[in-house]
Amino acid sequence: MNRIPLFTKEAKAISYVSGPLIFIQNVKGVSYGEIVRIILPTGEERTGQVLDISKDIAVTQVYEGTSGIDNKETRVRFTGEPPKVKVSIEMLGRIFNGVGKPRDGGPEIIEEANLDINGMPINPSARDKPADFIQTGMSTIDGLNTLVRGQKLPIFSGAGLPANKLAAQIARQAKVLGEEEKFAVIFVAMGITYKEASFFMRDFEKTGALERVVFFMNLADDPTIERIATPRCALTAAEFLAYEHDLHVLVILTDMINYCEALREISTAREEVPGRRGYPGYMYTDLASIYERAGRVKGKKGSITQIPILTMPDDDITHPVPDLTGYITEGQIVLSRDLFRRGADPPVDTLPCLSRLMNLGIGPGKTREDHRNVADQLYASYAYGRDLRRLVAIVGEEALTELDKKYLKFADEFERQFITQGDENRSIERTLGIGWQLFTLLPEEELKRIKREFIQKYHPASQKG
Amino acid sequence: MIVGGISRISGPVVLSEGMRGSRMYDVVKVGEQKLNGEIIRLDNDQAVIQVYEDTTGLQIGEKVTNTGLPLSVELGPGLLSSIYDGIQRPLPLLAEKTGSFISRGVTLPGLLHDAKWEFTPKVKKGDQVSGGDIIGTVTEYHLEHRVMIPPYVSGTVKDIHGGNFTIDEPVCILDNGDQIPMLQTWPVRKGRPYQRKMDPDTLLVTGQRVFDTLFPVTKGGTAMIPGGFGTGKTVAEQTLAKWSDTQIVVYIGCGERGNEMTDVLTEFPELLDPRTKRPLIQRTILIANTSNMPVAAREASIYTGITLAEYYRDMGYDVALMADSTSRWGEALREVSGRLEEMPGEEGYPAYLATRLAAFYERAGRVVCLGSDERKGSVTVVGAVSPPGGDFSEPITQNTLRIAGTFWALDTSLAYRRHFPSVNWIKSYSLYLDQIKDWFATSGFSDWKDLRALAMYLLQKEVELQEIVQLVGPDALPESEKAILEITRMIREDFLQQSAYHDIDSFCSLEKQYWMLRVILSFYERVNQAMGKGVPLAKILKLPVKTEIGRMKELTDIEKIKDLINQIDGTLSALEAER
Repeated sequence: MNRIPLFTKEAKAISYVSGPLIFIQNVKGVSYGEIVRIILPTGEERTGQVLDISKDIAVTQVYEGTSGIDNKETRVRFTGEPPKVKVSIEMLGRIFNGVGKPRDGGPEIIEEANLDINGMPINPSARDKPADFIQTGMSTIDGLNTLVRGQKLPIFSGAGLPANKLAAQIARQAKVLGEEEKFAVIFVAMGITYKEASFFMRDFEKTGALERVVFFMNLADDPTIERIATPRCALTAAEFLAYEHDLHVLVILTDMINYCEALREISTAREEVPGRRGYPGYMYTDLASIYERAGRVKGKKGSITQIPILTMPDDDITHPVPDLTGYITEGQIVLSRDLFRRGADPPVDTLPCLSRLMNLGIGPGKTREDHRNVADQLYASYAYGRDLRRLVAIVGEEALTELDKKYLKFADEFERQFITQGDENRSIERTLGIGWQLFTLLPEEELKRIKREFIQKYHPASQKG
Repeated sequence: MIVGGISRISGPVVLSEGMRGSRMYDVVKVGEQKLNGEIIRLDNDQAVIQVYEDTTGLQIGEKVTNTGLPLSVELGPGLLSSIYDGIQRPLPLLAEKTGSFISRGVTLPGLLHDAKWEFTPKVKKGDQVSGGDIIGTVTEYHLEHRVMIPPYVSGTVKDIHGGNFTIDEPVCILDNGDQIPMLQTWPVRKGRPYQRKMDPDTLLVTGQRVFDTLFPVTKGGTAMIPGGFGTGKTVAEQTLAKWSDTQIVVYIGCGERGNEMTDVLTEFPELLDPRTKRPLIQRTILIANTSNMPVAAREASIYTGITLAEYYRDMGYDVALMADSTSRWGEALREVSGRLEEMPGEEGYPAYLATRLAAFYERAGRVVCLGSDERKGSVTVVGAVSPPGGDFSEPITQNTLRIAGTFWALDTSLAYRRHFPSVNWIKSYSLYLDQIKDWFATSGFSDWKDLRALAMYLLQKEVELQEIVQLVGPDALPESEKAILEITRMIREDFLQQSAYHDIDSFCSLEKQYWMLRVILSFYERVNQAMGKGVPLAKILKLPVKTEIGRMKELTDIEKIKDLINQIDGTLSALEAER
């Protein structure tokens, strides 16, 4: 849709303003989805996008908000172009606002390309299978919910839980074993506070990674509707860096709940039929158009891995935002308030966690042959131990059988040794080693999920003997 | 040809004026880029069109051209191992043409029109033929692709030859002048005709213990798999696609993840069908309309898939159709309905949701196909459902429950403890139990129904006992009930749990399933006997044979599993003798 407008259409044509929307009259030649420049009587210029056109009205959302817009003097100009962002390898180390303009006081970048921020869907048959194990150095992720290149693995957090610390630690430690490849981090802030954003900035600075990072910042006090464009601009830049410059790009998006709220605001202003909790019915499709931009493409060296962070309102995993996210992403890392209170660091609640692409990244030649079995056994044993805790709360520990007491102990030690690791950067060997050490707490015949040959090879007891 | 102009654009829905004379569900080309669309409502000379591609850039007044044809698919040799989008555009060809990303306004035929196929006639000059009769065959991989007279056509064969033909060239000419090529086109929203439906009475063997033994589905039956995210719907669908004993599998990825389709695309060529020893991809047709591809095409993908399935059914084959996920299809309906400003029903879904769902599932079935040879074919439909928040009270789950014959309820808490497949044995059911009892009997498992009933009884009993344990602790239970808890744990861990990734256990033959359950239940009976003779339960639980039972899954030799019954008897008799 790269139409060159026949003439620059500029007119005082606004008839109706409501919330983030303006309704523009006399819209001959306007195309669906195009960008509109709005010139306020003060001379200020804003940007909008066409959401709906009928014969004489174009409904337009204004990214910077509608305050100060009037329906008499404000002029609009149609550009004939979809929303675009300028991209270049020079973006590395720079800070941009939510629509891709520099906000670090530096000069405009010299663009290598000017790309439609909506991108295009990857042809499923052109996708390459994600297969490279990323060692994040976190036991709960590497050992139990392995991250692979090209995956989208969100962190589900609750208010006040240290999701940022975890994300920063992953960004700091993540590496693909045996490879020294070019990487980049794209950090996308949507409606988070300055404090949170500067935490990430300081962390990147400390590790000297700052020149490999591109920031897209829409902070809490920036225009809400801009947030709709922010992840799209960032992912367009990510695609450019990954597929044109062969970089392995890690995209951290935070906080998705703020994005969805902006979406809801527009939907409400358009008087659409609301879905669950007032979020629009098309939110699944909309979120998919962001998350599905992770992946690898055949014939291209680079990749895009996404770690979206979202805060579950009231720690409710069935809230529409985490729920729909979980249906689109390839797994999730869930933080738990209960574990946080008990001092686990990171407080990753492993039971609801999942990595759907785990099997592609583990096993002989990638991690270790016993990895799958160890993960399954840790899960099963820990889940049983957790169940017992509830029982103990009612009938007391005395009522348990000897075997059950061992499971109880196992669950405690699992949280203390395996989940909790602080700032330690653990290799996968170390993670699996801790797992085997924990298995010594249980009788060997309980290890049903593990093949006998692996027990003989890796069990600490059989290694001594 | 009717040509109109765009008068409104709202997301995937476009209004066009000057369309009087158009029919419902006609395919139209929208705008200068000729985007594919379909008429879904007519109002005087206005037509409402759902567009299968992104509408960004369209303008008011652009031309809309009606092709006068309903949305159709091409049927003929060359479908197997293909991967299509929701409107049967071959994705690999699309990638060749437009690169790794899908661009718009491209029309591609579903089949290769220049490929030649070797046609072997099965009828001769002078034969009377009518719709559905097989006039010849073509070999598609290892499958005998049966070339049929299209429905509603009949006559006397005037000319027929063997040889190499493209799908467009006539292979047979009738006396009334009808030229019959191998290619048929069929509108997707209309079910292909058959003579009559039959009662389903044959098990669809899936190689999955919880499905085949506890909650079976029949060939020609329908099943639904609802479950929250992470409960393993997709893994279950893919497992079924891999191991179901049908000749053809149609797998529809409807609004799901791109990487999952890649997974299928890379894995299926490597895996072998346990029965034919051929790569699985050679019996599979994939429809991939991932969640970031246009919404309206997602709605069509379900119909495209089932029409392809019906075509192979008509040849007399058993076809399994996996739809992952029907919820995304329902949401596509909802989105389009919302744009049409229709009065919403429950949770914003249109009021006709239930009708559409029922119409889709009813296209499944075991039928006597058209044609004089009375051959039988079937389409089995397995639909995944993704209820928001894992809450089964939502409209798509509830409406599907009314139509599906087998209900496999996936359970989040089972998935959390990595009990896979996470099928909840208390909530799930199968309505086909009585109908396939005889099938099990003729297959040599005459007491299957009794074994199943005992297993289900014990599992039900476990729930009651667990409640007591939660209140007063396990010590309060009598020995016999403690024994039940031990046995149900065995049923759960050593029988129901089945890893989709284990090299041996991922497929479990029906015979093995039967004997595994026999072993566990005979252990139960034998333990009861022994306890009756005063052997304490604690002693029995220490027996090494219990560990052996836990390792049954890894065995390939059925005789070794059968032998466990003797071992159980032996060791318990020894314990009894000690008393």
